[in-house]
Amino acid sequence: MNRDLSLLIGILVALLAVLLLGVFHSTLALDPGQRLASLALERLPESGVSNPVTAVLLNYRAYDTLLELAVLLAALLGIWSLGPARPGFQPAGPALAAMVDWVVPLAILTGGYLLWVGGHAPGGAFQAGALLGAAGVILRLAGNAGAGLPSEAWQRWLIVLGAGVFSLIGLLLALTGYGFLSYPPGQAKWLILLIETAATIAIGVTLAAAYVGGRPQMAQPPRSPLAPMADPEAKR
Amino acid sequence: MTAAFLYGGAGILLFALGLWSLLVHEPLLRKLIALNIMGAGVFHVFIAVAHRGDGTPPDPVPHALVLTGIVVAVSATALALALHNRLEQDASDSAQSTSTSTAGLLSGLSISPQSDIIRHE
Amino acid sequence: MNLILLIFDAVLLITLLALAAAAILSSEPRRAVMLFIAFGLWLSLVWARLSAPDVALAEAAIGAGIGGALMLAAARRAARRQATSSEEPS
Repeated sequence: MNRDLSLLIGILVALLAVLLLGVFHSTLALDPGQRLASLALERLPESGVSNPVTAVLLNYRAYDTLLELAVLLAALLGIWSLGPARPGFQPAGPALAAMVDWVVPLAILTGGYLLWVGGHAPGGAFQAGALLGAAGVILRLAGNAGAGLPSEAWQRWLIVLGAGVFSLIGLLLALTGYGFLSYPPGQAKWLILLIETAATIAIGVTLAAAYVGGRPQMAQPPRSPLAPMADPEAKR
Repeated sequence: MTAAFLYGGAGILLFALGLWSLLVHEPLLRKLIALNIMGAGVFHVFIAVAHRGDGTPPDPVPHALVLTGIVVAVSATALALALHNRLEQDASDSAQSTSTSTAGLLSGLSISPQSDIIRHE
Repeated sequence: MNLILLIFDAVLLITLLALAAAAILSSEPRRAVMLFIAFGLWLSLVWARLSAPDVALAEAAIGAGIGGALMLAAARRAARRQATSSEEPS
């Protein structure tokens, strides 16, 4: 890009930044008034978990999290619709392979720990899911082209698991008269843990599949019966 | 108060840096990094506002929003990279097919519907 | 005591902004992505300082970790393409 134009854009952006800083400064001087924080912390004992962030994510604002799982699913479907996965990397050497044998189970174990601890300390479904996804990334980097994921049919079930279990529980609660995703008192903890477990698996599989970067290709490449439209030219 | 302004202000500066880079730099990967830094700036303002001094517990609501935001940002990045990859694959395919086939028809188009057919022949 | 804390905050933030600027200004794709990963990890440190450990964990694992791995793969492809196109300009 031409130099004068980028300088002009720089000046304009700097002006915008000064404006935003001014607004932020005057906002800080205002009286904050009633904040959601006090309400959220006050009702914490009823929420079933003692980590306030998990309470907000899976109890007070469970809708947000449900929609976020849907966004994650949509992003992966978009990636899969763009074509087959790229070929994997070359197999790891003995030193790296031995390290991977240690690190992957350790990552999965840590993920399970973070999932459980999320109820009362920092942690939760997202961090645990990210660790599962990272285990998949490590496996792919070490030469496993499919990132350790199961067959495509299984992957499809696993990636909808999060949003599916979440909305199923919400619907069951609505049918039994509690309202969509408002938990009956006393059972919130187990329902949250169930949803979080499903969400962790879904997030982990989705992130690993996103790193693979395309429709999974297993033993038999492109001519799968699921994609008959893929290459009409092949018969010619 | 000063610390809150310092942290929030840093978030705004990150946002401005990212915006400038997003507008000025051409390569898609750099634009993507710029976009992520813009997002990080917004998250940073949220976290700075949620922090209410060292004694009081922070506000969990913005924290939860940022947590969701991080995951959405990464999934958007993954989708953008997949699109980028596909665009370049198609561009290189059509470049190859124009150099091998006699038809110069496609030379002006970086992505053409015909490129797939030519590739298979 | 308060002054020391303020200096600590200032150092944290200046490093953060410097890492962001370095990531943005470097034109070599792999170097830019690595600086971006460093930026993400530093950001999670700053958030841990702002008593947001949940978010700091998520940023370190998802933002810097998985996002960085995704971009690094893309940067590798970009670098390879640059190398081949400079060998034989089409």
